[in-house]
Amino acid sequence: MSRKLKELIIKSILLFCALSSLLFLGGIVIVLFTQGLPILKYVGIGEFLFGTHWYPTHEYAEFGILPMIYGSLIITLGALIFAAPLGILSALYIAEVAPFWLKEIMKPIVELLACIPSVIYGLFGVLLIAPIVQKLFNLPIGLTAFSAAIILGIMVLPTVTSIVEDALSSIPKEYKEAAFAVGATKWETMTKITLPAAASGISTALILGIGRAIGETMAILMVAGGSARIVFSFLKPVRAMTSTIASEMAETVMGSEHYYALFGIAIVLFIMTLCFNFIADRISYQFHKKFTATR
Amino acid sequence: MVKVANINPPKIIPALLDTTSKCDKNNTRLKIEKLNVSFGKNHVLKDVTFNIKCNSITAIIGPSGCGKSTFIRCLNRMNDIIPSARITGKIILDDINIYDPNYEPYELRKKVGMVFQKPNPFPKSIIENLAFGLRLHGIKNKREIEKRVVSAIKSAALWDEVKNRLHDSAFSLSGGQQQRLCIARALAIEPEVILFDEPCSALDPISTAKIEDLMINLKQRYTIIIVTHNLQQAARISDYTGFLYLGKLVEFGETTKLFTAPKEKLTENYITGRFG
Amino acid sequence: MEISPALNTPLNIKSYANHRRLVQKIGISILFLSLIVTIFFLFIIVIFIAVRGAGVLNIEFLTAMPRQAMTKGGILPAILGTFYLSLGAVIFALPLGILTAIYLNEYTGANTLVRIIKMGINNLAGVPSIVFGLFGLAIFVKFFGFGVSLLSGSLTLAIMILPVIISTTVEALKSIPDSFREAGYGVGATKWQMVRGIILPAALPGILTGTILGIGRAAGETAPILFTAVTFFSRKLPKSILSEVQALPYHIYALVTEGTHPKEQIPIAYGSALVLLLLVLGLDLIAIIIRTRARKKKLW
Repeated sequence: MSRKLKELIIKSILLFCALSSLLFLGGIVIVLFTQGLPILKYVGIGEFLFGTHWYPTHEYAEFGILPMIYGSLIITLGALIFAAPLGILSALYIAEVAPFWLKEIMKPIVELLACIPSVIYGLFGVLLIAPIVQKLFNLPIGLTAFSAAIILGIMVLPTVTSIVEDALSSIPKEYKEAAFAVGATKWETMTKITLPAAASGISTALILGIGRAIGETMAILMVAGGSARIVFSFLKPVRAMTSTIASEMAETVMGSEHYYALFGIAIVLFIMTLCFNFIADRISYQFHKKFTATR
Repeated sequence: MVKVANINPPKIIPALLDTTSKCDKNNTRLKIEKLNVSFGKNHVLKDVTFNIKCNSITAIIGPSGCGKSTFIRCLNRMNDIIPSARITGKIILDDINIYDPNYEPYELRKKVGMVFQKPNPFPKSIIENLAFGLRLHGIKNKREIEKRVVSAIKSAALWDEVKNRLHDSAFSLSGGQQQRLCIARALAIEPEVILFDEPCSALDPISTAKIEDLMINLKQRYTIIIVTHNLQQAARISDYTGFLYLGKLVEFGETTKLFTAPKEKLTENYITGRFG
Repeated sequence: MEISPALNTPLNIKSYANHRRLVQKIGISILFLSLIVTIFFLFIIVIFIAVRGAGVLNIEFLTAMPRQAMTKGGILPAILGTFYLSLGAVIFALPLGILTAIYLNEYTGANTLVRIIKMGINNLAGVPSIVFGLFGLAIFVKFFGFGVSLLSGSLTLAIMILPVIISTTVEALKSIPDSFREAGYGVGATKWQMVRGIILPAALPGILTGTILGIGRAAGETAPILFTAVTFFSRKLPKSILSEVQALPYHIYALVTEGTHPKEQIPIAYGSALVLLLLVLGLDLIAIIIRTRARKKKLW
């Protein structure tokens, strides 16, 4: 076989492999839509998205997923309120203040903690956080949106810290030097030059954090309680989209309304995370462009 | 040499000549005594000792790696940022050793401004680039800030080029304009000494000529120290020259003397282009 | 050109310096406090699991079969199941991931197709794990008829960790300087010979890092295997790739939420959690060490 032909064959194989990722993504989209769209034969799209009653197995079944969308969003929001300030401030310390040796230790530690499996966060939430929340607020049950938000916040904390730290470290050191040279203190340099310059990198971190939080399944399933009703209290059980799928899929029959409805939830979830990823992608692209164009 | 148009000969304003001068009777602005710097095990500056005169341009020359950038960064304690740096010796400005532990580096840097090798404006508008430093030092009044900004930009010979776009991004300027903006930024906070760390190495000959003219003009009011690898530049603009080699100050003296009749063999070899 | 006259009011910094020093002190203290809080939260989890799980952990717990309806005995099947599942996932994902990375970094420039592929990979990385589970259920379990099995679970996990392996490999390839490639062509190598003989060996530590991170991720995930591979309780160890398996993360979940004898089962859950935590953190620590050493040793 000639070298040229061999090269061509190899290149085709490589291209095929590269396309497989697209194939899988496409496959996921096709599966979700073929298995999820049939629910619209049973309920209207408005009723599905904005209905407030989820009785999938009743004789007159109802499939409104608004409570779960609400649950997912409220837990994610709570998690972010918890994780964003802590993550950003910690990252500032690691990137700008910490001495070299501390930085060298902290970065891998934060990275390591980002890898703790979610089921372990779940276990921690159920057996330590939930009882504390229950006692603290004198509740009948500790498995609440609040507990889930805390657990999820702790969970995305390392991710947020690590990405924000990267964004801060990628600010050209010339900016910092310039600020020092006009007599800025370390603190002024950090808050008035580095932080604004890294703003888009930080938003990327937060959006990726949101994406991770909204897609998180096991920890929420274990800690959030699981009431499929809209409750406007942070201290009551709620149910997220992911945990509904995880807990009910095993009981469904393939091709039943309930089965389609669960895939329908997955479509909503998928589109939401896709949007977050897309926004994060755009922002980080702009961020990258800004700092490669000016140097 | 490249022929340079559009540059007027400097006009000296008599009233300015006595605006600064906090110098002692010997006309000395900075005293450098036994300055030693090492990064880790690397001993970069060895016992550097000399005085820098008021309202003059002092050039530091030497081959790459001789420690000239490290030296100039000692004068505003910029090396403090590098964790492995160890600095001993004294640098005396206004009767105070700037390496005194109680001396805050940011107060020092208000007095000793710096312009870097690569133009490094902040990612902000032109006016904000200058206002930043002013606000740090406690000037909050908007009119006051504007007045000082305009004055600094004029002093940096940039006014005509930017007066209509003060609120544009600093990155919309050309490289040479950016560098003059950085000079204006240093001028805005009214330093006494300005350090130039190879300010023209990233610029074209025309921009270089503009900045050289500017420096000659500025020495009426400021003490200027410039690091350069360009011997012609040192000869053109400086009053005093120091030659650094392998971390040691080989020779220091008036530029005309150093370039025409160097005392040391090493200096002669270097300025005649036998190494470096 | 002229120098504008000096302004009459000199900047007065002395009065302001103390204030600035104070602000800086307070600000940095707040940052330090935040870091302490962050570290505290993260360590408390590790410590909590370690303390509660340590009492359960012994050789028998690791090597024995569960007994008396999961209230006694060990967790061997769960450990083995997790081992098989992650191994299977890597066997499928590794070649695909490496070849994809080579194509993206070595064989094409920045064209539209590459941009689309990269966007696809990014989005694949962001898909929620439960959605991978649904995909595995519909495709591997039902469509291909593999049933709830080791094979279905491994394939599902493989798709999930594919982006991790691709992106770490691309990073590793990117860090190799072009002079290496030119040297390869200089001695008359074809592109593939150059990639195989020079690029891949140089990128090996990076690829290894990605692989181990992938294994760690696969070992810890629950949602993708929920409908595709796991069973709560089995008396036997898995016989073939088509049998159901137990897995550590699911085991923990099931013991906590579905267990009927919490008194006996919660300690087992803690023990399993400690094993899983040690496994995942251990793997990731190895990956980080390999990466750090490779960076330090790097000669280019």
